[in-house]
Amino acid sequence: MRPEYLFYLLVFPGLLFTGMLGLVVGWVDRKVSARFQFRVGPPFLQNFNDFFKLLGKETIITKEAVASLFISAPFIAFAMIVLVSAMIGTAMFFGSSFGGDILVVMYLLMLYSVMIILGGASTGNVYASMGAGREIKLLIADELAFILVCLVAVVKSGYTLKLHEIISFQNDNGAFIGSASGIIAFVVGILCIQAKMTLPPFHIPEAETELVEGPLMEYSGPPLAFWKLSHLMMWVTFPFLLILLFWGGFTLSGLGILWAILKYLLIVVVMIIIKNTNPRVRIDTALNFFWKYAAPLALIALILAVLGA
Amino acid sequence: MGWYHKRLAKSIWVFHVSASPCNNCDIEILDLLTPRYDVERFGIKLVGSIRHADVLLVSGIFNQKVGPRVQQIYAQAPKPCFVVGIGTCPASGCCFKDSYNISKNIKDIIPIDLYIPGCPPKPENMIEGIVKLVEVLNGKE
Ligand code: SF4
Repeated sequence: MRPEYLFYLLVFPGLLFTGMLGLVVGWVDRKVSARFQFRVGPPFLQNFNDFFKLLGKETIITKEAVASLFISAPFIAFAMIVLVSAMIGTAMFFGSSFGGDILVVMYLLMLYSVMIILGGASTGNVYASMGAGREIKLLIADELAFILVCLVAVVKSGYTLKLHEIISFQNDNGAFIGSASGIIAFVVGILCIQAKMTLPPFHIPEAETELVEGPLMEYSGPPLAFWKLSHLMMWVTFPFLLILLFWGGFTLSGLGILWAILKYLLIVVVMIIIKNTNPRVRIDTALNFFWKYAAPLALIALILAVLGA
Repeated sequence: MGWYHKRLAKSIWVFHVSASPCNNCDIEILDLLTPRYDVERFGIKLVGSIRHADVLLVSGIFNQKVGPRVQQIYAQAPKPCFVVGIGTCPASGCCFKDSYNISKNIKDIIPIDLYIPGCPPKPENMIEGIVKLVEVLNGKE
């Protein structure tokens, strides 16, 4: 292990950077959503205030809860997201490997969902367990399409699994989004992200109106703060992953910086628009959607990629 | 009333406790959360779970059935947690004050930090009340 890894993990593409950017993008999300509803929306530092407020509240552990799992789940999930963002960020900004490839990224992102399931199921609350159950179903729904989408990029970059090699391949041969298979996979990818982040229309596990935040229902204080923070950090991690896989990463010089910000904001805004214009779907509709339409589409993209289109 | 309370004042998550009101106050509370008044400007958010709440908005007269439940809900809220009594009901019993079933001493059930009188109070009144609570949190008496 090299010493700069610690810097990657804790400061630049990892913890500090992604955390800060996530809190800011969370504000963008809330503000744009508010404008959709003809409201003014929260002030800029709202998410920071929310986070620090939650850090100072009491942590309540219910009598039925499995205390060790209940407390450790949010922190493990947070660690997963930090690790993933460090891996993706290192490949994007430094063009080097942090020690993990695309398979590890897929595993860690899945483990995040598993942590939500474990955390929710350990509370001993009926609603939270129901939310955890729905999270499992959602994971079953979106995982196949997500893996196929990732595979498209792998195939197109000449069967390499290394994140920075996918980027450098695109820098030499043009971004994958310009090709037929790339654009299909990109669109399916955005939908998968929506489900992985449990944003509307796929916020089935959290369903405020029926399950009152589902798995997070019994959490209070610092553990809740870390759940919220890791969820906001996904607003950074997932769009970065899509840009990395299909849109040629970032070039950080001159106009490239502006272009990088534009790419990122474009994906975020598309996600916010989908989020605000769709009502929640039922769990069977979501399963249907991903297995009948999204996954076959991704499979077609994969076949096209293998054929070289 | 230091740095932490300033953060708390800017991010108040409210939980709505309906303790046997005539339902009118509840409707006004819902009005407060509509786009027209947009309390998210002040960082106020309605949460569905008591574990996330900073402020309980209670309305109604706390009759003998609902009183112990309100007490239980208050015990489940993570501290620091404040209680705002919405309407004349928690303050004085309003038109129900002579009913046979109301709890005589609401103060014994939960400590109410702020009353917003009115039957029902207008959303503007409630915003003013919350602003007062924020001022107290910020250290201005
Ligand atoms: S204060 Fe008036 S409007 Fe509100 S619950 Fe009591 S009687 Fe109803």
